[in-house]
Amino acid sequence: MTKDVMVIGGGIAGIQAALDLADKGMIVHLVEKTPSIGGRMAQLDKTFPTNDCSICILAPKMADCFSHPNTNVITYAEVVGVEGKVGSFKVKVLKKARYVDETKCTGCGECLEKCPSKVPSEFEMGLSNRKAIYMPFMQAVPRVMTIDKEHCTMITKGKCGNCKKACKREAIDYEMKDKILELEVGAIVVATGFDSWDPSSATEYGYGRYPNVFTALEYERMINAAGPTHGHIERRSDKKRPIKMAFIQCVGSRNPQVGHPYCCSVCCMHSTKESMLAREHHDDMESTIFYKDMRACAKGFWEYIERAKRDYGVRYVNSDATVQENAETHNPIVVYDVGGRQQSEEFDMVVLATTLVPRKETLELAKVLGLKADEFGFLESSERILEFGKTVVPGIYLAGYAAGPADIPESVAQGSSAAAKAVEAIVQAGG
Amino acid sequence: MADTIKVDPKDKPRIGVFVCHCGTNIGGFVDVKSVAEYAKTLPDVIYATDNLYTCAEDGLVSIREGIRKHNLNRIIVASCTPRTHAPLFQATCESAGLNKYLFTFVNIREHCSWVHMKEREKGTTKARDLIRMGVARARLLIPQEEQRVDVEPSGVVIGGGVAGMTAALSLADMGFPVHLVEREAELGGFVKNLNNLYVTEKSATDTIKPLIEKTKAHKNVKLHLGSQMKSVEGFIGNYEIVIGAKGAEDIKAKVGTIIVATGALEYVPEGLYGYNQYPNVVTLTEFEILCKKKALPKMKNVAIIQCAGSRGQVKTYCSRVCCNVAIKNAINIVDNYDNMLGLAEQLGTVIEKVPVEQKVPEEIIERRRRRRGRERGEEGEADEVKLGPSEKIEVTVFNRDIMAYGVEHELTYNKAREKRVKFVRYTTDHLPRVYMEGNQLTVGYFHETLKLERTMPVDMVILSTPLVAQPDAGDLSQMLKVPLGQEGFFLEAHVKLRPVDFATDGIFVCGTCRGPADITEAVTQASAAASRAAIPMAKGYVQAEALTSVVDENKCSGCGTCIQVCPYGALRKSEKGLAEVIVAACKGCGCCGATCPEGAITMTNYTDAQLLAEAKAALQEEV
Repeated sequence: MTKDVMVIGGGIAGIQAALDLADKGMIVHLVEKTPSIGGRMAQLDKTFPTNDCSICILAPKMADCFSHPNTNVITYAEVVGVEGKVGSFKVKVLKKARYVDETKCTGCGECLEKCPSKVPSEFEMGLSNRKAIYMPFMQAVPRVMTIDKEHCTMITKGKCGNCKKACKREAIDYEMKDKILELEVGAIVVATGFDSWDPSSATEYGYGRYPNVFTALEYERMINAAGPTHGHIERRSDKKRPIKMAFIQCVGSRNPQVGHPYCCSVCCMHSTKESMLAREHHDDMESTIFYKDMRACAKGFWEYIERAKRDYGVRYVNSDATVQENAETHNPIVVYDVGGRQQSEEFDMVVLATTLVPRKETLELAKVLGLKADEFGFLESSERILEFGKTVVPGIYLAGYAAGPADIPESVAQGSSAAAKAVEAIVQAGG
Repeated sequence: MADTIKVDPKDKPRIGVFVCHCGTNIGGFVDVKSVAEYAKTLPDVIYATDNLYTCAEDGLVSIREGIRKHNLNRIIVASCTPRTHAPLFQATCESAGLNKYLFTFVNIREHCSWVHMKEREKGTTKARDLIRMGVARARLLIPQEEQRVDVEPSGVVIGGGVAGMTAALSLADMGFPVHLVEREAELGGFVKNLNNLYVTEKSATDTIKPLIEKTKAHKNVKLHLGSQMKSVEGFIGNYEIVIGAKGAEDIKAKVGTIIVATGALEYVPEGLYGYNQYPNVVTLTEFEILCKKKALPKMKNVAIIQCAGSRGQVKTYCSRVCCNVAIKNAINIVDNYDNMLGLAEQLGTVIEKVPVEQKVPEEIIERRRRRRGRERGEEGEADEVKLGPSEKIEVTVFNRDIMAYGVEHELTYNKAREKRVKFVRYTTDHLPRVYMEGNQLTVGYFHETLKLERTMPVDMVILSTPLVAQPDAGDLSQMLKVPLGQEGFFLEAHVKLRPVDFATDGIFVCGTCRGPADITEAVTQASAAASRAAIPMAKGYVQAEALTSVVDENKCSGCGTCIQVCPYGALRKSEKGLAEVIVAACKGCGCCGATCPEGAITMTNYTDAQLLAEAKAALQEEV
């Protein structure tokens, strides 16, 4: 019997669950797959409906979560096996070799300058490069480097070793091996979040073919001051700043043909925010949002839409839309429908609100944990109405987007709720 | 944790200044590097630097390193707002051994860069001015100690709907005794009016029955039905509450935390779409009651009008749940209409909570039967006419946008369309109209694609009206000293990251009293609120604010002005008849100090000397 709890996934839902548990005096093992906690919220520029800077409100929570005396944050790690039951799960965690000693590295970055390799940055949605030794983003927690073994020539070919030479703290260890940690916990919270669907296969939007078509997450990184363009909105084709922006909703979602018949819940709001931010960056920017239904239905959301129309000149067009291109200027042309009449309009840039899908690895994890997933890969609650987040396995609870589309405050509430359920289970199991 | 650094007020100040770029939020508009250089020239500043993000781990490390390397005994961070970031920087000082009250925040983002985005030079000068003021104050800061306040490990939940019951049960299951106060004679709140619940089509009564039974049976839940909160005094961990019931003696209790779950009501659409004017115009909840009582009239055409009174019509907001409730009912009508047909003897039964003013009058039913009979040439035999599957009932949902967010709602919306429920979009320029054409209830609307006015004879109009705040939410808000936001719903501490906390410690909020939510969302918030409330109760104590008001008994005349103005109930009269501060409740807001006619109240670390030093520095030319 143990009072420890494991949280899988270090995004905002997992961080909230971990903090709620740790503040109650429980020991929390937070397992995060990537080198840093923070999740998707860390990638967002600002958050609706207050336009709060996302990393500014998240970074303190990340720091709190990492430095809390009751948390054990295990990054670059995955859960690979679970045995036992509520009150005493025995969990196997694969701690991947990061080839950098976490206790020695200060994240000073001197190694970065010496690393010769270039790898598209996952955090920047491929809009800029990182090195083979890297920190995913500037505010990463923990603030330590990671070597991506696939792209490090020292590890793949035994040639280079520059980072080791540059590191004054002797933190680099090319011989580091993956480790299996065995932990005993009384309950588990699963908060593995979402991925952005790649819209290249939906050819009607031209993503990947037309240079000036972006996904929303790419755009979020681009408008972020710490992002790949330092906050400058730039076309891929000529690096010029766009003036006329089109935002297209439900790209791949609400669309049974591509296998995502559901609504992602957050895109109407994030596209509205992104349109407002365009105008905040430059007075002359004009945004048009092509939408099916404007789903702005939580506290203060409809008022936000009204504000976008009134104060930011955002234009809303109720229509499906597809994209063509003016081959000469690389200006995307949006084809849409108003009152049954087809229209087309040239823009400087198109931003696609692509489907947010549960992570593929979540299905693997579901198998390991014995959880059920629905046909889209979202983890299922055992009793949908009154016990959202409870699963078929007693002692395992869900929070955040992995359990179905949710925005940040919903994910936070679900994180706290899962924490409560975990404590209840441990208390009831006699812990 | 480093060893504690002893700082005597008489020691020479050694100030460190950390100026934050906040990405480009500050750095894009203010010359941060030159501001940090300027800070180095100010009196007693030993060290100054700039950080891209002072709040990120590297920034925090630079503060800790600065304290260690330069023996700093005052820290200034010039960045964003203390609301979100002061606790982080204070904790950082503490982790380096420095008393956190020797930390000063200077806001050069909200107060400077964001309002001077187009005036780089002036903005930079202002940032220098603000830091000079901060330094002047920091020199006079003295270390403070926080008091530990014990927390009573029990709670009270106000409201016995699904949210309140869930919150109470969660606390109870975590092992904390909890009082559950419900003003009605039975548990169940809004949901007990409903017919079935979406997603599962399970009956509402059957769904919440186990919850009600578990609540009643739980040994840790003390149930107070037909009762209301009469008063609340005290502060986190130590609330003295009085629960009152009609004709019974008041019950007094001491609790550590409070959860507000008082729910919402359905808006009554007086004056809209013929409500209360024409027969068979009902609200969504009234319709559910008719379904539940199997009291639907005979009908063939049903119109449901969305956003009746919301999204700018009367209330500004979208009520979130009505589209999905309407879709559920549309499917219900198409699939189960025969089973919900009216049985005359049940029409008169008492309907609680939401009275159906608009009971479907018998004569209307009669008239319609006769009319249908005539249409078929079945004079006199109309009573026997039954709408079989061959004669499909038609439902049209007039909407602005269908809020079928997420997985299940969107799939249900698709299912409704497959079942031939019609969805007709309207805009605010052309609202649908409900009127009588002779004896025929009729909906007139503008067809947006055809650009034509159309009419539709209907047998019933269902108005999807928004959830609205409880009319007496204001009283509870005053009793608990927690704020109401827009349209009378309770206002949480932070819309993104603190959805179920109030700004006041020890009080939490969940369910529809904080804004429209469906049952699943309400219960999720409820167990989240229980999780938050359990934190101080599990710890058994809270660390009280050290920056409080202090009463100089030699100057106090005992006039009591301060007691009246304190928004947190943190002042009382002592046995000597003088003002006394309840340290655990005091938030250090300074209202008392500002109103004291004798000048007997000062605020720790906001003394006149400190504030005047700051003001003088503001007026000073640059050094």
